Parts: sequence; C-alpha cells; structure tokens
Amino acid sequence: MSDRNKAPAKAPLSAILFDLRSVIGLLFVVYGLVLTILGLIGTSAEDLAKAGGLDLNLWTGLVMLVVGIGFYIWAFAKPPLPPDLDHVDHYEEGGPMHMGGHH
Amino acid sequence: MELLAQAQADLRLDANALDYFLVAFYFVLVLGIGLVARRSISSSLDFLLSGRSLPAWVTGLAFISANLGAIELIGMTANGAQYGIPTAHYYWIGAVPAMVFLGIVMMPFYYGSKARSVPEFLAIRFNRTTQRVQAVVFALASLLIAGVNLYALGLVLEALLGWRQSVAIPVAALVVLSYTFLGGLSAAIYNEVLQFFVILALLIPVTIAGLARVGGYAGLVEKVTAGPGGPEQLSSWPGTSITEIANPFLSVFGIVFGLGFVLSFGYWTTNFAEVQRALSAKNVNAGRMTPIIGAFPKTLVPLVIVIPGMVAAVLIPQLVTLKAGGATDVTYNNTLSLLMKEVLPNGVLGVAIAGLLAAFMAGMAANVSSFNTVFTYDIWQDWVRPGREDHYYLKVGRAVTIGGCVVAIFTAYLAGSFSNLMDYIQALASFFNAPLFAIFIFGLFYKKMTGTAGWTGLLAGVASAVLVDLLVRADIINVSSQAGSFLGASAAFIVGVIVAFVVSQFTPGKTDEELSGLTWATSTREQRGQGAVAAEDAGWYKNPVIMGTAVLILTLVLYIIWW
Repeated sequence: MSDRNKAPAKAPLSAILFDLRSVIGLLFVVYGLVLTILGLIGTSAEDLAKAGGLDLNLWTGLVMLVVGIGFYIWAFAKPPLPPDLDHVDHYEEGGPMHMGGHH
Repeated sequence: MELLAQAQADLRLDANALDYFLVAFYFVLVLGIGLVARRSISSSLDFLLSGRSLPAWVTGLAFISANLGAIELIGMTANGAQYGIPTAHYYWIGAVPAMVFLGIVMMPFYYGSKARSVPEFLAIRFNRTTQRVQAVVFALASLLIAGVNLYALGLVLEALLGWRQSVAIPVAALVVLSYTFLGGLSAAIYNEVLQFFVILALLIPVTIAGLARVGGYAGLVEKVTAGPGGPEQLSSWPGTSITEIANPFLSVFGIVFGLGFVLSFGYWTTNFAEVQRALSAKNVNAGRMTPIIGAFPKTLVPLVIVIPGMVAAVLIPQLVTLKAGGATDVTYNNTLSLLMKEVLPNGVLGVAIAGLLAAFMAGMAANVSSFNTVFTYDIWQDWVRPGREDHYYLKVGRAVTIGGCVVAIFTAYLAGSFSNLMDYIQALASFFNAPLFAIFIFGLFYKKMTGTAGWTGLLAGVASAVLVDLLVRADIINVSSQAGSFLGASAAFIVGVIVAFVVSQFTPGKTDEELSGLTWATSTREQRGQGAVAAEDAGWYKNPVIMGTAVLILTLVLYIIWW
C-alpha cells in the first residue's frame, strides 16, 4: 500500500502506518487493551466459572497486546519498500523466468 | 446448572454493548482497508490482480483464509463433535500434499505463463474455446458458492444476534461489496489476512477455555473414550466413520485416493479463488511460496477447530444428548455457537463474534473477487468487448463486483432451498473442480493433448459428475451423499482424461515451440522453477522445496501423534 509515484529511499511514516502489519497491530492493541482492562476490573465469578477458572479476558487481552505490539515492531523494523520498477522490468526481461512466445 | 437450563431454551448469544463495540471496531477497520487500498489502484491489473505486488506471507495467509470461511468453521467443528479426530483428514491428507504440489510443481507454469486467471492459462495452453467454457463454468460456480456463504451468514446472524435473514443477507452482501468495490483484490486479500488473525483470536480462547472446563486434554480423552463415540474418535486411521465405508482397508483407500488425491488436488490446484492469491504475489518465488506458507497454518488449524468440537460434544448437554441418540432441538451445526455461549465471557465473546463474521466475509469476498477477475478478463475483455483501453476494464471490474454481490443475494435464497448445505457444496465441487483438474494435469504432462481435447474433456467431465449426482439422488447408485460426491469426482476425472486422450488423437495440437514453458516436456529447468534463484529469494526459508518438505514432515508428525 505504498505510493508508487514517489520512490524515496526510506518509507514515509504514512506508508508504515497504513501497512497491513500496522493495521493488524492496531486491531490487536485495541482489542488487547480493552480485554486486559476488562479482565482486571470486570471479571465476575460467573465469568471465571465459564472458562474453567481462567481469567479468559485478561489472558486473551495480554496475548493480543503482545501480538499487536509485535506487528508494530515488525512494520517499523522492516518498513514497506515501494516497488522498485527498474528492478521489476529488469527481472521480467532478463531474469530467469523470461518466457518467450506469448505476451 | 441454572445457566445450562437457560442455554437449552435459547441459542442466542448474550452479547452486551462492549461486545458490539469490538465488532463495530473491526468493521471500521475493514472498510478503512478498502479506502486505503483504493489510493494505490490505477489499472485493472491493480484492481483485479493487486498489480502482482504482494509479499509471500500476505498471499500465503490469504490463501488459507480464503478457504477458512464460515462453512469451514461451522462444518468442521460440527464434524469434530460428531466424528472426533478423523475430521483432521480434511486438513492433513486432504489439503497439505496438494498445496505443496501446487507450490513446487504447478506454480512455475501458472505464474510463468503470465496468465491473469486460470481460464486465461487454458487459452494459452489449449485454445479460446476451452478458456470460454471454463470461464462460464467458473463464473456460475462462484456465484452459487458466494450464495452459500451468504446464506450461512444469514443463518448465523439470525441465530446469534436475532437479525432476520431478510435483513442479514443484504447487509452482509453490502459490507463485502463496499470493501471489494473500493479496494479490489488488494482490499479483499488484506482483509483476508486480518480475518485470519481475528479467526484465531476466536478459536484459541474457545479451545483453551473449553479444555479447562473438561479437565485438560487428558480429561477430554477420558470423556470421549467413555462416550458413545468410543476410543476410535481419538485416532485418525482408518477413519471409517467419516468415509461411511465399513471395510478399514477400503476406508483408508477412500481417504487417500478420494479425499487426498481427486477432491483435494482438484480443489487446491485449480480453484481460481485460491490460485488467484498466489498469482498476485510479487514474483514467481513468492507465488510458489504462497500455498506452502499457507500449508503451515493449515496443518495446525485442526487443533483449534476439531478439538473444541470434541470438547463441545462432551461438555454441552444438548450435544451429549444428540450424540447418545436422544431427542434434542440442536444439530451438530450449532456446535461452535453453543460452545462460544458456554465458555466465553463478555469481552472475548465480542472478539469471537467479530471473528465469526470475518470468516463469513472471507469466503464470500474470495468468491466475488475471483468472479470479477474471470468475468472481466476472460468473458468481457477476451470475448465480448475486446480491444478497449485499460480504464474501461477497470470500470467493468467495479460494475461486475456490484452485479456479483446482487446475484449472490439471489443464489443465497437458492442455497437456502437445499436441506443440507454440505451436500450442496460437495456436489458443486465434484461438478466444477474435478473435471478441470483432469484436463489441467493431463495437459501438463501429455504435450500432445490438443485444444479441442481441452474443452471436450472438460465438458465430458462435468457431464459425468452431474450424471453420477443424479443417479445417487435417484437412489439408482446406492451410496451415502459423501461417497457419492467422491464417486462423482472420480468419474469426472477419469472420463475427462479418457475423452481428452481420444480426442487428441484426431485433432491438431500445438508445436513444441508454442508450448514452451506450458508442459513438463517442453519446458526448461528454469521454467520449471529448478534453475538458479534470484539473490532476493536466497535462503532456505524462501526455498519452496525445503519448506514444502518441512510442512509434509510436520503433517506426518501430527499423524503419528494422533495415529
């Protein structure tokens, strides 16, 4: 989801924030926070009984939070690169998968 | 116990405002992806094939997610409750070998031909007629299956949230329409990846909480062994319960040949809704890695689908009654929602509902996005209105998306007129997938196969599958519907190959030069993907053969654990 018209050496912040990994990160961080808080303050005895004694909201929330932050770290550590058009053309014309004939 | 008595009276989930907030947040993100993806769309290839720019992990997860639809979740938890561990055959032998074969052997031919769709590949390998026959057959099949997904969604919304079907079906169609219309295939694929994680966020807590309730896996083993299913529900082979074949040897043969070869290879290697995800990868290596990356979660998913099904069958009183042969108002299809209601507190419940809705949309979005590619390229551009500028086809692609969703609303009501959805789906698979696989694989390894042989073999295969289905329905062939669809698929495969072989002897074929890179005998090592790899694809974790072997070994290990 990067802007093809510009080809900066570094991915712009917007490209990182709109990258799929950041979107997954956002969903999981929000879900994780809500569930963690709910697990800490709102767990009733009935909730505990339902999940066999586990505080399911708390644990699910914490795991989702970790996964969500993990996706953000991944997106920032390896930012999306705009497709390098020169490279693609080169690959198709002279690369190992060049197919003669059709097209 | 008071809680259980209430559950009996009402299937509806007790979702509260917080649950609805979590569901709503998910939908905002889904539509947001459509809007953001729209910014990068400038050509019909961007809209219909994502401009061939996606990394392998994205297409690989989308590959599996396109298949992890609602029917899969509902149907396989139901099978888990009814049959136990043998259900995992649908994931292990019934998917993994075919996915690895697609990645290692077939993908270089698909991707290397630069075809934008499976029918277009048939045009290059065979001729225009074969392309058109397959395009029409596929378009029809996509709309029928999109209708099944939509109908199933309507059923669940009705059962879980109390929405009427006449409201739920159009609303769901509108949401899928909005994001595929805005963002094209990129949005559909990105959402599929998002859905994959949300579905896991549904399945994993259900499994863990369910196991906690029955005393862990040891407790489950004990209860299943003592239950009506007995210890055979804890081992995968010979699987006589799922094949409905009493003889253990024939049952194993049925699973290996019927499920593992004809049905599975037919579905995974030629179904364009799947193959399209690999074709949108950024290069041929990413295309080959797509099904192989997808195969890893595919081997592990049954742990969080089949096991919760088995838990539900010993935990939920109505299902215990059902399994013991007693009278109750639920069916196995209610397994997943009953278990969610039983073990999930509010909060996680909202995440789970979002996951369930995500699963429904994944299936339908895959059908719609592959339908509009085939319709735009193979029916409109290559046949009805050739030679227009690309912008025109981008518009056609968008219009077809709307049309496809509207037609799916009608086919949803059609699907609703069948009493057993799984039978309907299986029959459709034997009609559409098996004949295509026959001419595909035969054309790959038999270079003398001609263009005329392509479409005659395809039609003969479809006709024989339909004939077998009619004979089974009329009780002239007296087998279960499960065995019937296996028989139909096998007949389609065998008749398709025989007709293609005979016709090839009397019609002119293509020269070796024309077939360069299209059949095994007329391709170079490089074209088969056996040559040197590009620098960016170096490393064992980007090597399809190494990773393909690894996932086969993983599957074998799981089979040994649950032998």
